[in-house]
Amino acid sequence: MGMTMTQKILAKAAGLESVKAGDLILAKLNLVLGNDITAPVGIREFKKLGLDDVFDKSKIALVPDHFTPNKDIKSAEQAKVVRDFANELDIVNYFEVGEVGIEHALLPEKGLVVAGDVVIGADSHTCTYGALGAFSTGVGSTDMAAGMASGKAWFKVPEAIKFNLTGKFKPYTSGKDLILHIIGMIGVDGALYKSMEFVGEGVHNLTMDDRFTIANMAIEAGAKNGVFEIDDLTREYMKEHSDREFIEFAADDDAEYAEVINIDLSEVPHTVAFPHLPENARTPENWGDVAIDQVVIGSCTNGRLSDLQRSAEILKGKKVKKGIRVIVFPATQKIYLEALKDGTLSTLVEAGCVISAPTCGPCLGGHMGILAAGERCVSTTNRNFLGRMGHVESEVYLASPEVAAASALTGKITAPEEVM
Amino acid sequence: MNAKGTVIKYGDNIDTDVIIPARYLNTSLPEELARHCMEDIDTEFVNKVKQGDIMVGGANFGCGSSREHAPIAIKASGISCVIAESFARIFFRNSLNIGLPILECPDAAKDIEAGEIVSINFDTGVITNETKNKTYQAAAFPPFMQELINAGGLIKYIESGKMGD
Repeated sequence: MGMTMTQKILAKAAGLESVKAGDLILAKLNLVLGNDITAPVGIREFKKLGLDDVFDKSKIALVPDHFTPNKDIKSAEQAKVVRDFANELDIVNYFEVGEVGIEHALLPEKGLVVAGDVVIGADSHTCTYGALGAFSTGVGSTDMAAGMASGKAWFKVPEAIKFNLTGKFKPYTSGKDLILHIIGMIGVDGALYKSMEFVGEGVHNLTMDDRFTIANMAIEAGAKNGVFEIDDLTREYMKEHSDREFIEFAADDDAEYAEVINIDLSEVPHTVAFPHLPENARTPENWGDVAIDQVVIGSCTNGRLSDLQRSAEILKGKKVKKGIRVIVFPATQKIYLEALKDGTLSTLVEAGCVISAPTCGPCLGGHMGILAAGERCVSTTNRNFLGRMGHVESEVYLASPEVAAASALTGKITAPEEVM
Repeated sequence: MNAKGTVIKYGDNIDTDVIIPARYLNTSLPEELARHCMEDIDTEFVNKVKQGDIMVGGANFGCGSSREHAPIAIKASGISCVIAESFARIFFRNSLNIGLPILECPDAAKDIEAGEIVSINFDTGVITNETKNKTYQAAAFPPFMQELINAGGLIKYIESGKMGD
C-alpha cells in the first residue's frame, strides 16, 4: 500500500522503509521551536534531565514573540528565562526584540525550515511550515524539552484527508476564505489526529502567503499537520530564503486517504467565522448587520507582506470609519521594512490604522488590543474562542485581510466588493 | 493505580483558552495557574473542586493552543483524571507527558453526570459510575504510551534511558 506525503516524510525521519497510519515511531528532528510562553516550561523540564547541552545548538529556535516587547513584569521575567538559557547554551537561533518576528512567519523567512524537514514547536500553529512541504506540528513544552535533549520525538503516524484543489480564486478572495470554508465544512475536529494534504492544479494558483495561511489553520480543524505538494513557487521561495538542501516528497499514487475532498477555488465564497468557534463559518448572505469596535490585521495567519498589501489596496485613499480602532501587525521586521518601503504602511496610516511592532499581541488576548465587555472585533487571526481576545463577553469574527479592511471602512462586517 | 472522585462536567470543544486564559500565561507556576483554571466558563470551579475530583468533557477536549499550562492547571487543581469523548491531539500528548491521567471513553463521557461518584481502574481501563451502578470500558493505551504513563511522564521516561536509538 502506498504512503501519503506526510507518511513518506515521517518514514524517512524514522529511518524506516515504510510506515502506515497508527504506527508509533521515533523520528529525528530538524528543528525544535519554543516561544516566551512555552519555552520557560520547556527549559524547566529540560533542566530536570541534568544535561550540559542541547542535541544541536543550530537546530533549536527560541522566539520571544507572544508577550514582547515585554507587557508587564512577569512577562519580562519569562522572556529573561529564555534569553538567559539561549546565552548560556549559545543557542544560534535566538531572536531578540529588533530581530524577532512572529515565529511562524519568521522561521520560513530565515530559511530555518525547508521541504522534507520534520519540525516540532511548542506552539499549536507550528503546522504553518507544511506550506513548504515539511512535516511540522505543534506540541507542548515537555515534548519541546525532550526534543531539545534528544533531537527526536515520538509520533503516531496519521492518516490523511486529501484536498484536491482546482481553479483560481475570485477577486478579493484569498487563502483565509478557503481555510475558513474548509473548517466550516469539516468542523473543528474534522481532521482530528489526521494530516490535511493539499494537492492539485489549484495549488499552483495559490501564493506562498496563501499556503502559509491555509497550513497555519490546519490545527483549527484538529489536524496534526497540513502539507502542500511542492511546485516551482515553493522551490523559488526556499532558494531565496535558505541555503539548506531540501528533499521533495510526494504522495504515492496508490496512497490511501480517509477522505478526498474536491474544491474549485473559483467557488470559494468570502467566509467569516462567527463566535465562538472557527467552524461557525458564514458567507455574506448570512452576515447580517454586525457592528464592530475593532479590526486586527496581522498574526501568524495573516501578517505577511501580501496580506498588508491587499488590505492597503482596499483602504487606499479612504478613511476608516470614525470610532473604529484598526490595529495592523506586520509579522516580522523584514515584512515591516518592505511594507514601509513600498508605501503600504503610509497608505494604512493615512487611512487611520495604527501600526504595531511584530508580536502575537492581541490574537491571544495578550496585549496591544484587548477587548472590553460587549466589544466586537473583525480579526485576521486564527481563533475566536470565548474570551480569546479579552473580556469573556467580547466577540471575535475571523476574516480575510480583504474583509477586515472593508469592515474597517464601514464599521460592520462587509464584503470587499461593497467598498471597491 | 486507581482514582475515585466527584464528577465536574463540561461540554464539547473545551479549548485551552478557557482552561487557562492567556492573560495568566505570564507565569508557569502550577498553583498560580490552578487559581484561574476554567474561570471563563465556570467561575465556581476553583471553589468547588476537591482533591481527587474527576473532570468529564465531550468531544475534542483541549482543542486550540498547545499551552501545557492547561493540563498543568487541571492537575494542580486536584483533578485526578479527565474523561472525554475525544481529546485534541496536543492536549492528549501534553497530558501523558506531564502525568495527568486521561481516558477516552464516549460511553462514559455521555452517560456520566455532574455530581456523580466515579471510580477508575487505570490498569483495566474500567470506569465505574458508583452513583448509577454502571461500568464503562475506556480505550486501552498502546504499550508505548502505557510505558510513558507508568514512568510518570516523558522526562522520567527519558531519564530511564528509553529514548535511545
